[in-house]
Amino acid sequence: MLIKVKDLRKFFPVRRSLSDVLRGRPRKFIRAVNGLNFNIMENEVFCLAGESGCGKSTTGRLLVRLLEPTSGEVLFQGENIYEIPKEQFKDYRKKMQIIFQDPYESLNLRMTVYDLIEEPLSIHEIGSKEERFDMVYQALEDVGLEPPEDFMIRYPHQLSGGERQRVAIARALVLKPKFVVADEPVSMLDVSVRAGILKLMLDLKEKYGLTYFLITHDLSVAYHVCDRIAIMYAGKIVEIGPADSVILEPMHPYTKALVDALPKIGRRSEAPPRTTPIRGEVPSPIDLPSGCLFYPRCIDRFDLCEKEEPPLVEVSKDRYVACHLYK
Amino acid sequence: MYPSGTTSRSLLEVRDLQVVYETRLGRVDAVSRVSFYIDRREFFGLGGESGCGKSTVAYSLVREVPAPGRIVGGKVLLDGRDILSLREEEVRKIRWKEISVIPQAAMNALNPIYTIGDQIAEVIMEHELSSKRDALARAEELLDLVGVGGHRLRSYPHELSGGQKQRAVIAMALALNPSLVVADEPTTALDVVVQAQILDLFKKMKMELGMSLMFISHDLATMFDLVDRIAIMYAGKIVEIGPAAKVADDPLHPYTELLVRSIPRIERNRRGKLEYIRGSPPNLLKPPSACRFHPRCPKRFKPCADREPLLIEVERGRWVACHLFA
Repeated sequence: MLIKVKDLRKFFPVRRSLSDVLRGRPRKFIRAVNGLNFNIMENEVFCLAGESGCGKSTTGRLLVRLLEPTSGEVLFQGENIYEIPKEQFKDYRKKMQIIFQDPYESLNLRMTVYDLIEEPLSIHEIGSKEERFDMVYQALEDVGLEPPEDFMIRYPHQLSGGERQRVAIARALVLKPKFVVADEPVSMLDVSVRAGILKLMLDLKEKYGLTYFLITHDLSVAYHVCDRIAIMYAGKIVEIGPADSVILEPMHPYTKALVDALPKIGRRSEAPPRTTPIRGEVPSPIDLPSGCLFYPRCIDRFDLCEKEEPPLVEVSKDRYVACHLYK
Repeated sequence: MYPSGTTSRSLLEVRDLQVVYETRLGRVDAVSRVSFYIDRREFFGLGGESGCGKSTVAYSLVREVPAPGRIVGGKVLLDGRDILSLREEEVRKIRWKEISVIPQAAMNALNPIYTIGDQIAEVIMEHELSSKRDALARAEELLDLVGVGGHRLRSYPHELSGGQKQRAVIAMALALNPSLVVADEPTTALDVVVQAQILDLFKKMKMELGMSLMFISHDLATMFDLVDRIAIMYAGKIVEIGPAAKVADDPLHPYTELLVRSIPRIERNRRGKLEYIRGSPPNLLKPPSACRFHPRCPKRFKPCADREPLLIEVERGRWVACHLFA
């Protein structure tokens, strides 16, 4: 096991208006991440999927300590990363890297590709100038930006979306991390180039023995590249299991709705609407419903769902579901 | 010969449309000799990778190609009338009333300081001699129709979720009962669940209002879920047109085939089988000679670099521009 997440929570305070303060209204919190427990195995591609605002990006940032949690632990090779003094954490950061969704926003547009990839090396004072050149050269070859000499001197605006994301990957991998969080790495790209980036990520995983935490809202991406998948809803995990069985045989009504929402090829404009429509939208993380958080949108709900929150339990081998239907 | 419908006159016929962008570096052939038609009550998809010219085609239909773009040739026939040869005042009467174009990311372009009701009412009042009261009443009905709910009439854009904003934009596009709605990547920035809701909304609108839709996207899976016929563009040209179900099952042009194969399908025993298109689309300042796809084409042969293949009908309703089918 590479990472163990224990009861991880992150609440963000909501700004109170002057009238709220004067009336003595209590401070409210956005419960973005609300009690997560899971393990990530060494060399695994672990996927966290869910809709916008469910807390998946916050979770990704917590795992590499770009954010401090409200409570809970993340054990990296047995050590709680939040207890490591800030000064020493720089060494840890080399082992854990993050790739963001939009390579246009995450790359400094005034830097050349060479400078962008060399920057993490110089921040961490790795190697001599010549050694760094070799490392950048190797990183460019690794991500398929060849010949490297041609790409080194370019600026981000001279690259296609897919090429920019390759630069972002090179920048993360040049430090030889063990663990990489990839937050929606392909969702800004054309469908026709997505598979190229995903394949590259899988090849590099094999080559360097990486472990990925992939954040996506697209279950078809998760199906093809992940070993295990966790489905997140309103700050909590509602289902975890092997990616293929979760997606081909979803158990939680929310997972079923996500799978059902995927486009079906060959359905035409006269086709009847989907069979299991999901009503409404994600609840506000400030005013969460009581009981099961998905209950207001669930088509399979019954009395108990409103009263009691279902725990995440193992219902068959390696399959965990938080739903009163499975007990 | 131009691709045209088998029934009487089509709602929209585009013939040999040509659009160029005059840039500092030279002239870009963004759309070259594009022809297609859309029938009444038909959902038509225009697909292809970023930069292939599909958005430019959309803007051309209402003569709103952004500078430095310029329409330099062709016809856009709406009910037989050529929009490209009308006077500007006449085109203004066509926008929103006959053809509504929903630009990419329109939902982020709603004016933050006006309520959505006011923004929809404004579109109505600009084109019809109606009072503010009547326009707001119509806006309320429209918001009900698209599932935002008439009670959100006085909401500001920031009070709505992404999905609701997209629905409000669709309500605005439908405000004057156009016969054709053109939607450029209307679902791209949305989550799958909301995306599915928007696709279902379009289907519902077709049943209730009977309008035609031109749906533009790089995401073929979404398009195959919604449209009746599809056209694929590459580097400013249409390479294939056909019924969506047939194109999905049996794409003819090698480019279409690669696009269809790059859709990540969820099928048992196909896990990890991902395909993608190598290389990048060409720079249209100096497009490849003859067939523009030949440098990336896995099936290219002798004539591909010498002669440009014409868009021809190879079986009823299926058009392809490729020497393999000549």
